[in-house]
Amino acid sequence: MKSKVAITGNEAVAQAMKQINPDVVAAYPITPQTEVVQIFSSFVSNGQVDTEFVTVESEHSAMSATIGASAAGARAMTATSSQGLALMFEMVYIASSLRLPIVFPVVNRALSGPINIHCDHSDAMGIKDAGVIQLFCENAQEAYDNMIQAVRIAEHPDVLLPVSVNFDGFITSHALDVLEVLDDETVKNFVGTYQPEEYLLDAENPVSMGNFDMYDFYFEHKRQQVAAMEAAKKVIEEVGREYEAISGRKYGLIDAYKLDDAEMAVVVLNSAAGSAKGVVDELREKGLKVGVLKPRVFRPFPFEAIQDALKGVKAVAVLDRAETFSTMGGPMFADVRTALYDLKNDIKVVNYVYGLGGRDLRLEDVEKVYDDLANIIKTGRADKFVNYLGLRE
Amino acid sequence: MATLKELAKVEERFVGGHRLCAGCGHGISVRMVLNAAEDSNVVVGCATGCLEVASTIYPYTAWNCSFIHSAFENAGATIGGVEAAYKALKRKGKIDKDFKFVAFGGDGGTYDIGFQSLSGAMERGHNIVYVCLDNEAYMNTGIQRSSATPMGADTTTSPAGKVVAGKQQPRKDLTAIMAAHNIPYAAQTAIHNWQDVHRKAKKAFDVEGPAFLNILSPCPRGWRYNTPDIVELVKIAVETRFWPLYEVENGKWKLNYKPKKYVPIEEFLKPQGRFRHLFAPGNEHVIKAIQEEIDNRWLALLERCGEPQELPSR
Repeated sequence: MKSKVAITGNEAVAQAMKQINPDVVAAYPITPQTEVVQIFSSFVSNGQVDTEFVTVESEHSAMSATIGASAAGARAMTATSSQGLALMFEMVYIASSLRLPIVFPVVNRALSGPINIHCDHSDAMGIKDAGVIQLFCENAQEAYDNMIQAVRIAEHPDVLLPVSVNFDGFITSHALDVLEVLDDETVKNFVGTYQPEEYLLDAENPVSMGNFDMYDFYFEHKRQQVAAMEAAKKVIEEVGREYEAISGRKYGLIDAYKLDDAEMAVVVLNSAAGSAKGVVDELREKGLKVGVLKPRVFRPFPFEAIQDALKGVKAVAVLDRAETFSTMGGPMFADVRTALYDLKNDIKVVNYVYGLGGRDLRLEDVEKVYDDLANIIKTGRADKFVNYLGLRE
Repeated sequence: MATLKELAKVEERFVGGHRLCAGCGHGISVRMVLNAAEDSNVVVGCATGCLEVASTIYPYTAWNCSFIHSAFENAGATIGGVEAAYKALKRKGKIDKDFKFVAFGGDGGTYDIGFQSLSGAMERGHNIVYVCLDNEAYMNTGIQRSSATPMGADTTTSPAGKVVAGKQQPRKDLTAIMAAHNIPYAAQTAIHNWQDVHRKAKKAFDVEGPAFLNILSPCPRGWRYNTPDIVELVKIAVETRFWPLYEVENGKWKLNYKPKKYVPIEEFLKPQGRFRHLFAPGNEHVIKAIQEEIDNRWLALLERCGEPQELPSR
């Protein structure tokens, strides 16, 4: 049974956590404050979940306690944002190296400094090379759906990696949205129970975890993590198909919007994809062949799916809501451009950095991007690879 | 209390094959503490440090029970997470065995970088034992000073030079700080007295809620003493009141050992290379300052323990 509700993104994610009913949630609510944890704590207080809730004193300890709980054999979660994710970086890397299937929502917000509490993806991009699976969500519905799927992806025996579920700070986290939620029983059956092969609380089979790993094994362990990331692509698609069966909503590695015959494409994560789709609809009415590619999965990077979706286009703009300060544009630009480099077609790929610190992405900004792409196709030249949208210069 | 003969029958949880230095206090302390857990199932947590790198070199392990290390500064939070999982899984009927939880950290991972994580774990009331193996500096990384390093000690980041005579500050009093968390049990102990270690470790395991043990754990490389003299050196630390034996149970302070004679601190300093420079002419004032600090802290401890505030007779 499904029901339509009007709730915020934070409430949607907390609702998913309630229905998953994890064994342990260890979380710190602040830096900056993110409502997911406080909403979840009310479920604990009111007996709506039987989770052991550990109110740690920092995000570093949040991930540390979650690691301890997961290693002990529990289904364990935390939640964070911005500075909190930056503080827990060390432990995120260790969680993935210990191959622990920890699911954690990340409300995407700008990193200090200067201090800023609003949306961008600089927090998530800070852990893009930490060995965790990163799912991105256009709206509260996707945040809810991805949370539930994340449990199955993380715990799949071929994967066993942490999964972060990213959604935009304020735009998705605080805005009221109408979405469809599944009933408790359906979610419970879908996520099943967590049965780890090795865990600390197995009295008959004690295990040492987090050993000192020298040059004779460390490299192989890193290679195994890459193999798990590779395997995750298939698992993500399989879980997506199963989820479609219970929800009616389709989930793959990417969301290709009107790309079949497109000449120009915008690649963009999270809520801005919604704005881009709106612009595409308008431009399509004017006869322009435009589309949007929204990666649902950023890590592992779905380069085959992106190659396939973009192989017919002539020009691509990658919109990044984060900087790398490399002077070569945003983090997704480098990956998308690399993915397209070996295609036979000569596809021009340019980058737009937008929305840092919560600056709005206006529809006119997206229209300008398509204008620029049209011009690149017309002239055959892309003079500037890295551009900034909505910036005073 | 059990006899030594009986304690010897408890299965070892920390076994041979580890690569701790000969004459290191860690192996002795760990075996004594875990012995007091008797026949319980135990999960050991460990901060990064000598104990961890010397006991878990992949693919080997010296641990005969479940063990987890995740990072340097978070043994408190990590073992707290394990304990939370135990509570949840027990409640949900997913496991049926009972467990005890103990974390080991060095003084660097406990007094300094892991202080916040430890404080948080104590405040939250996890049913865990946290044991600090205090060797008074960052020995694993090459003997850098920590906040547990005593005044005057020569370390690689508080080197004794021409104008600075080793570490300038007295030690942080971590046991008292842990007691100030109002946890059920906090104690300081030393390995020359196995009855004291065993009794305190057993109490730490038995109380409901968090317990903290601080164990003086000499490091032959950092302290530079004659390796076979480790137990004698610990005894002198207690006799000079450098390392008092006391416990705080439910807020009640109790002194466990009162030296009969006033043994000057030089007796503890002399056998150790890290203090050798203090005996050079011109550094007498440092030894005097160390002695004053010890006497003052001793008197304050006596007051907390409700004992007459007198120094031992000379």
